[in-house]
Amino acid sequence: MKRTASLFFAAMVCTVASMTIVSLTTSVTKSDASDNAEPDQTDWKQGALFQPAGKMISSVQNQGFASETITPTKCFEVEIRRPGGPPRVELAGADPQGRAGSVACSTCHSVRKPNVDNRTAATLDEFHQGLQFNHGTIACYSCHHSQNTDSLRMADGTQIDFADVMTLCSQCHSKQAESFAHGAHGGMNGFWDLSRGPQTKNNCIDCHDPHAPAFPKMIVDFKPRDRFNEPVVHDHGETTHE
Amino acid sequence: MTANKPSLPIVENFSRRAAVKGGFATLGAASFVAAISPLRHAAQNSSAGEFMQNHYTELTPEQKSDVLARLESEAKENYGADVTIGDDRPIPGTKFVYAINLSVCNGNGKCVEACHKENNHDRATNQSYIRVLEMPVGTMDMEQGSTTYTGIVPKDGKFYLPVQCQQCDEPPCVDVCPVKATWKEEDGIVVVDYNWCIGCRYCEAACPYHARRFNWKKPEVPAEEINPDQSYLSNRIRPVGVVEKCTYCLHRTRRGKLPACLEACPTGARVFGNILDKDSNIRWILENKRVYILKEELGTKPAFFYYFD
Ligand code: SF4
Ligand code: SF4
Repeated sequence: MKRTASLFFAAMVCTVASMTIVSLTTSVTKSDASDNAEPDQTDWKQGALFQPAGKMISSVQNQGFASETITPTKCFEVEIRRPGGPPRVELAGADPQGRAGSVACSTCHSVRKPNVDNRTAATLDEFHQGLQFNHGTIACYSCHHSQNTDSLRMADGTQIDFADVMTLCSQCHSKQAESFAHGAHGGMNGFWDLSRGPQTKNNCIDCHDPHAPAFPKMIVDFKPRDRFNEPVVHDHGETTHE
Repeated sequence: MTANKPSLPIVENFSRRAAVKGGFATLGAASFVAAISPLRHAAQNSSAGEFMQNHYTELTPEQKSDVLARLESEAKENYGADVTIGDDRPIPGTKFVYAINLSVCNGNGKCVEACHKENNHDRATNQSYIRVLEMPVGTMDMEQGSTTYTGIVPKDGKFYLPVQCQQCDEPPCVDVCPVKATWKEEDGIVVVDYNWCIGCRYCEAACPYHARRFNWKKPEVPAEEINPDQSYLSNRIRPVGVVEKCTYCLHRTRRGKLPACLEACPTGARVFGNILDKDSNIRWILENKRVYILKEELGTKPAFFYYFD
């Protein structure tokens, strides 16, 4: 028994000794062969270089970022997309030559008396059939100009172009307009850095139908198939994750 | 010497070799060999040049351009795509910050898809760096969220919380990496050197936001779908057996462009910018909105904010 134990011990010692020798020889040959390899510490020192930078950044943030600020030169513009102009209304029928056509709002409205009281789609019995209207209790002529139907009407009665629709919306939705002005409302594309390139922003009616402005419901059509997506079965052998 | 060149080329690299030795010391030879056998398979898929390569931060400019050229030709060889791999460095005076308006986000997941395409993720798994969690109203505890929702959104009584790498100022993922294959850069982006990563997945376990992904298999992307505008630390196609994560699209943002997920967002919920620029959008949000960060109590100091308006 004692003999077996000492044999076992000797074997252990030999293994440890040979492992040490192997590892020593590898490192010797390594340093012989290394032309471009730098000392081991360099790795870690290089890595450590990033630490102070990270620390500095977080301290900037901690100080409430008032002290260290920059104002970069901005040579490009933020362009806000605008509607082309007054809308054209597609005609239901075709002319005798079979051509479809579209007309301006004023084509009909210049010869018809405006009903300034109308505030629902249900009472539009001749035209604009099927119009969905769900925008509070405002009347058509709150926003459409009753005298010049190819333009819009501000709350104080001033006439503005369709292209300036955002000015109109902002009268009531000033909170959203303020956020929009600071990039916190509405989608955008292009460059964050205006010294390198321009940026394009949506306007209100790119996303909101002015007659029914609630953002539409959407359907989810892309799902990653990752382990958080499949229920983990805790019964061994049937686990389906990853 | 050439005759008994080690079969596992990673031992040629110094600190990785240290990690391998450490592994021997703690595990014992046999179990260690078993434990790293997936790595040996990974090793067989890689060129010798890759394993001779130094840590990214130690490459000289000449070595760097050699590496980039090699990776470009590997992309041609393995994927049949002509790509350009840049070496985009931080822009001095920038610290990138992201914010999401949770009142507006409706969980449609277009950002998830945009990330998938932009970053050349594996097509079969629909991999993406972004997860959108469907959350019960009244909590910011992301562990209560579910990613499996489908159909029409938004649903009543829910809000939607997109989660991706928060580019923490105190990143636990960086602290645990045994070989310094992941680190934080001057503009705040936490990056991974995919050629230095040994795939131990410590960082994946350390990240409280589940932001890191492991490449279980070689990413499959058809040549015509590959985004050819790539960067070494960003969206170049990652090898199998390494960990990857959101880089705030540094191949775009360090060239001044907005991240792909932001551009794809149809609700305009996403805001991105340079917090050191006092006129930036992001700065206005932090000063004027009530912003939240996820798991604040952990002290990770995310560079990613959420707000309601
Ligand atoms: S979110 Fe996770 S992966 Fe990103 S920096 Fe923080 S700890 Fe690291
Ligand atoms: S898996 Fe993560 S922790 Fe491990 S080597 Fe790669 S980057 Fe470092």
